[in-house]
Amino acid sequence: MNHWILAPVLLPAMIAALIVMFARHEVERQRVISILGTLALCAISVWLLMLAASGAIEVYEVGNWPAPFGIVLVLDRLSALMVLLTALLAIAVLLYAIGSGWDARGKHFHALFQFLLMGVCGAFLTGDVFNLFVFFEVLLIASYGLMIHGGGKQRLRAGVQYVAYNLLGSTLFLFALGAIYAVSGTLNMADLAQRAAEMPADEAAILRVGAVLLLLVFAVKAALLPLHFWLPATYSLTPAPVAALFAIMTKIGAYAILRVYTLVFGPDLSVMDGLVGDLLMPAALLTLIIGMVGILGSTELGRLAAFSAIGSMGTLLIAIAMFTPEATVAALYYMVHSTLATAALFLVVDLMTEHRPGAKGKIIPSPFHRYGGLTAALFFVSSIALAGMPPLSGFVGKLMIMDAARDSDLVWWIWAAILITSLIAVVGFARAGSSVFWKSAQEAAVEVPAHDDARQSESLALTATIDIIGAQVVVTELAGPIAGYLNATAGQLYAPAQYIGAVLRLEQG
Amino acid sequence: MELLVASAIGVLTAAGIYLVLRQRTFPVIIGISLLTYGVNVFLFASGRLAVNLPPVLTKTAEGYSDPLPQALVLTAIVISFGMSAVIVMLALVAYLSADTDRIDMGAEKGEEN
Repeated sequence: MNHWILAPVLLPAMIAALIVMFARHEVERQRVISILGTLALCAISVWLLMLAASGAIEVYEVGNWPAPFGIVLVLDRLSALMVLLTALLAIAVLLYAIGSGWDARGKHFHALFQFLLMGVCGAFLTGDVFNLFVFFEVLLIASYGLMIHGGGKQRLRAGVQYVAYNLLGSTLFLFALGAIYAVSGTLNMADLAQRAAEMPADEAAILRVGAVLLLLVFAVKAALLPLHFWLPATYSLTPAPVAALFAIMTKIGAYAILRVYTLVFGPDLSVMDGLVGDLLMPAALLTLIIGMVGILGSTELGRLAAFSAIGSMGTLLIAIAMFTPEATVAALYYMVHSTLATAALFLVVDLMTEHRPGAKGKIIPSPFHRYGGLTAALFFVSSIALAGMPPLSGFVGKLMIMDAARDSDLVWWIWAAILITSLIAVVGFARAGSSVFWKSAQEAAVEVPAHDDARQSESLALTATIDIIGAQVVVTELAGPIAGYLNATAGQLYAPAQYIGAVLRLEQG
Repeated sequence: MELLVASAIGVLTAAGIYLVLRQRTFPVIIGISLLTYGVNVFLFASGRLAVNLPPVLTKTAEGYSDPLPQALVLTAIVISFGMSAVIVMLALVAYLSADTDRIDMGAEKGEEN
């Protein structure tokens, strides 16, 4: 039993406690502890990825209770990838938050940040559905605190909406778990997979209800239409670094769908009869369309970024809804891309907002007092990434998804939706970019206002943003090796016998 | 007993959903609380309803009541209690700073935050 699997959950929890206890009032000390902790998390997750890349499925039985009686944490290729992605995103976002001074605008930013990381890593690693619920709650309660960080009445009101929406989601989650437990008698994913496969058809109705309720819960997290209403207001009013970190939170919904509906309620399961894919696909297509049309219709930069997050979730869920190994490889690649691209756009939007004292986030011509050219270039690059244009990873991802859709019955729908919405996104970004940058350049430059003390180390914030964009370039350049790893990941997902064998210690494995 | 428990869950959930659809934050919070009560009873019932039975199987026992849902309910109660406290505080602060306790934000969209 490898104890390091617990580290991505334990480390942020201890760091957070440390920050609260020993650095309550010193922002500088909080920053140091938080950065060191997140760097350690990065190192651990790289090591875990190397461990998982060998193809072995590592199981950690908490308290040494064997599954299905105890809680297990499971490290396979997918969880290792997601934990690494979280850690890398976290370090960039943390640097941005420090550089832009966002973390000093309220109390306890760093402690909440670490608790959020704990919840996210736990949700990726757990092998128990009820434990997934608990980790969802851990990350949600931290996210409530982060969302209203800095205060302001609009943000607080959006916070109330966000909390209310997620409490309803949690209630639904419990109803789903109750239904599943009532009929199967277990909540361990591997055990549940075995029992679902053996379930007689006449008892399967409640299981089916539970599975679809669970899908609804994950769809709320993933902002799938028609459950996406919470996202635009929340993301556009959230502090930018937090919104960038939230890019990984919508992916948790996607991850959970992928995990539960390949392992537990797999596509071959007779009681489900392809129900999940059939429900998910139209919703995902609509999500993509609404997201991209929303980009075109936004009057504020924050909402523009929020809608582009919805659009990229739509694309991702189209790939997931096909439930074939090829499509899943594409989905995983797009998931990595979309996390980075969405996060980068939120940070760029924040840079634009901060440097246009006249207009703030509105998409209207207004002069920049600094960094006009640089933010224009960054906005250009992240728009290209999100719209899925070459040469960045969004293009590769969309190409892989369309290639994988060739065998699907809905291939024309999928192709049409992806291609047309890409065009809409390009137009939307071009409209926003031209009115913010080009028309602003024609106006007379205003006098430079006094330097804002809160934003001391601009260069750090800029570096962090450029880092995330650079990471996308790396993901594009290394598409070959990454696709190799993702191929193996999809292979592991669609052969759940290995996972079940490892968790339940079955002899043949 | 089945009828009583089932109708209790149904009534709690229906009342909760009705209140959640209201405009003001206070009824919404009460509605969410009712929903969590409903789901707690539901979780409790998912281990089958049993009276006067030991929680863990012994050699002499004729039957047993499933202890796992009780542990689940306990976790759910703690979490929902904490979450309710958070949303009450948040709603109060939002009300005091924005002078309105409407939960929808349609009217003032686009305002500076």
